[in-house]
Amino acid sequence: MKILVPIKRVNDYNVKVRPNQSNTDVDLSNVKMAVNPFCEIAIEEAIRIKESGNADEVVVVTVGDEKHQEQLRTALALGADRAIHVKTENPLQPLDVAKVLVKVFEKELPELVLMGKQGIDGDHNQTGQMLAAMLGLPQATFASKVELQSGIVEVTREIDGGLETLKAELPAIVTTDLRLNEPRYASLPNIMKAKRKPIDELDLGALAVSLENRVELVAVESPAERQEGVKVESVDELVDKLKNEAKVIE
Amino acid sequence: MKTLVLVEHDNAEVAAATLSTVKAASSLGQEIDLLVTTSSQDVVQKASKIEGVSKVLSFVDGQFGNEIAEDIAECVVQVANDYNFFLASSSTTGKNNLPRFAALLDIQQISEVIEIIDKTTFKKPIYAGACIATVKTNQEKNVLSIRTTAFDKASAESGNAEIVEMPLTDTSSKKSAFVKNELTESDRPELTSADIVISGGRGMQDADNFKLLDGIASKLNAAVGASRAAVDSGFAPNDYQVGQTGKSVAPNLYIAVGISGAIQHLAGMKDSKTIVAINKDEEAPIFKVADYGLVGDLFEVLPELESKL
Repeated sequence: MKILVPIKRVNDYNVKVRPNQSNTDVDLSNVKMAVNPFCEIAIEEAIRIKESGNADEVVVVTVGDEKHQEQLRTALALGADRAIHVKTENPLQPLDVAKVLVKVFEKELPELVLMGKQGIDGDHNQTGQMLAAMLGLPQATFASKVELQSGIVEVTREIDGGLETLKAELPAIVTTDLRLNEPRYASLPNIMKAKRKPIDELDLGALAVSLENRVELVAVESPAERQEGVKVESVDELVDKLKNEAKVIE
Repeated sequence: MKTLVLVEHDNAEVAAATLSTVKAASSLGQEIDLLVTTSSQDVVQKASKIEGVSKVLSFVDGQFGNEIAEDIAECVVQVANDYNFFLASSSTTGKNNLPRFAALLDIQQISEVIEIIDKTTFKKPIYAGACIATVKTNQEKNVLSIRTTAFDKASAESGNAEIVEMPLTDTSSKKSAFVKNELTESDRPELTSADIVISGGRGMQDADNFKLLDGIASKLNAAVGASRAAVDSGFAPNDYQVGQTGKSVAPNLYIAVGISGAIQHLAGMKDSKTIVAINKDEEAPIFKVADYGLVGDLFEVLPELESKL
């Protein structure tokens, strides 16, 4: 069985991103970049499935400029077998990424696609669902447990009220939530080995995907700052303020 | 053209999130219809009472007792010709369903809308709310997920919409099926609609200590939440999570206990009316957004607070 893992290059989780000077976009110059945390969880899950003997090959794919190869190398160092780099200079929106992934899917024909539920940059939470729709395949989003049975994947999903379990026929698209696993770190020998693993390069133009500028970014601002309040000295003072000043409790 | 809002429910009650979504839809200035997929006529009746709604498109069938995104997307596609806006809340239900039919209709969805400026221009948080983006759509049809904490609620009782029963399609070729639910049992208000929320973070140290929040929550009729760090450490279930990758809340009172205040957590609660922070580290960033800060050991503060409420 083959597992396809689409991944995204985003700002490092710990970096606070700010608007640029002209408020036209975010300022990512000098910002440390990394594999999106939810994509790391997807890579980890795919590798664990392979290690358990339920998959033969883990293929990672990303869409973006030359620098995206750093994240593909990270995935290879973590244990992916090979990588596909769909090259483009322009950042794509989720619908377009899903269209590109359809082409990659049709070429690779994986039985399972594992991907992050959202990028921590745009916070869209769309691409997996869109890919599933375009391929006419079942989707299981926000997975906290993934179990493969013959021809079927059983997925426990994180939903607002608790957990939900779904069964889906393979091939299926599964998006990962936080508690699915704890991703490993790449070991030095594996980082060295990853340098020799293959990255196939595909030019976005050659994939015959029609892209349109559907939603434009007009402005990016900092959110309104909250005023810093006061420190209270005791629980009594806190309860008094909440009752008599803020009037939020009785 | 009209606006279609997807109704969220538990087959008994319409979710508060839907009321906020209808309110958001009303600022588009178009006729609003609702779409309900459910196993219960009851929910359809309740939906028809929501303020400002013209029609309720009702898909009632046993198969809709548990929702499968594939089926709901098919229902939306079936009626899509009459609408140019499709809205749902950005709950896990909305997040699961909306992109599915947006893709079937070849629409780039706009997620987590916090302000509708006009029919083409919207505001939404990005990078965990560190920035607010204004986006402009060039599409004729649009799909919006609504950050419900940014909108008031439509009245659940003053409406009188026409109910239209929709024909059901054969779903025998289904590729996925519901297996089971394990829902968190609680007598307390739901996290996203509670007036008061008390949340614990890594400072709670373990799952047992997390129960220290329960007594206060009971006294205040509050919901209990958690930071991602607390969920990651296994102190609390994931459906307690407040923040970028969890829920967004904006209660009248938010009490953050042992939470340092990472941007990812602030993203989910900084629109609360009054914020209280209890933390032993006086440098914790949570104090920067708190109206009232109490520097102290939460294991002393919490029992005292409970006894004084």
